[in-house]
Amino acid sequence: MNIHNEHQQDIQQIKQMMERSSRFISLSGLSGIAAGICALIGASFAYHVLYSNDTILMNLDDSLYNSTISAHINLGNLIENRLVLIAILTFIGAFISSIFFTWLRSKKTNVPIWGTTSKRLMINVCIPLVTGGIFLLKLIEDGHMGLIAPGCLIFYGLALVNAAKFTLGEIKWLGYFQIVLGLINLWCVGKGLYFWVTGFGILHIIYGIIMWNKYERN
Amino acid sequence: MNPIQHLNKVFDNRIRLGIMSALMVNDEINFNDLKELLQITDGNLASHIKGLEENGYLKVQKGFIGRKTNTTYSATKVGEKAFKQHIDALEKMIKNTR
Repeated sequence: MNIHNEHQQDIQQIKQMMERSSRFISLSGLSGIAAGICALIGASFAYHVLYSNDTILMNLDDSLYNSTISAHINLGNLIENRLVLIAILTFIGAFISSIFFTWLRSKKTNVPIWGTTSKRLMINVCIPLVTGGIFLLKLIEDGHMGLIAPGCLIFYGLALVNAAKFTLGEIKWLGYFQIVLGLINLWCVGKGLYFWVTGFGILHIIYGIIMWNKYERN
Repeated sequence: MNPIQHLNKVFDNRIRLGIMSALMVNDEINFNDLKELLQITDGNLASHIKGLEENGYLKVQKGFIGRKTNTTYSATKVGEKAFKQHIDALEKMIKNTR
């Protein structure tokens, strides 16, 4: 009986070491929730801007509703655009807050936040994300505003599915949902903000709660 | 046949078992990462690595990152085979005693 137990502990040790050495396990559910809340705040500002009476923004709004209008938009002007500013601030807020909660968790799990596994995770998230980012910049430049929201969701979803091999595997489900949402959005151009809120806001929060409940509660 | 004889004495120790487990799922791992994973002292880790190396289960690559030495370890073919046999034996024994 005792020997039996020991063998089972050996198997347990093997599993644990394989997991810990190949995956970054400190990703916190609270990070998901924080990123989701940032997305909701950002979206509410964007909603305000989109549906106010600013003429320059009205043009953007029009092209959001009608992707066939491909008004050529200068990238330089766009940086000054409030929507882009909101998007950048939202991204920074979500990034910093999610790093913070994962940093807290990494202290508990004794895995360095900037170690071999987290670097590997970063690289594999960045490949689809940076590719998507450049692609989306080109879409903005050519005025295909209606494709921005679906593009964000699809490339982000692909990044998450890719990430699943290098961190807690459940994140692939979040990725699948983002991709499906983005694909549906392709046929609902003009409703981008609602899809964006669902994907980046609500799905993040649901995912975060589930993960927190599974791994961090107690 | 008694599976006990397939259990490998080298893997009798939890630390050696841990080192091999990590090497099975990574192409190579450096000394500091192993140390962090196992939460043991330099001397302790070095002696177990030596044990595995002497058995031909692990190979050492010495390299540099800038001026710092960076020693990485990887499992040999022999080591991978021995480890798989050990896991199989462990699983059989757990099944048999159930």
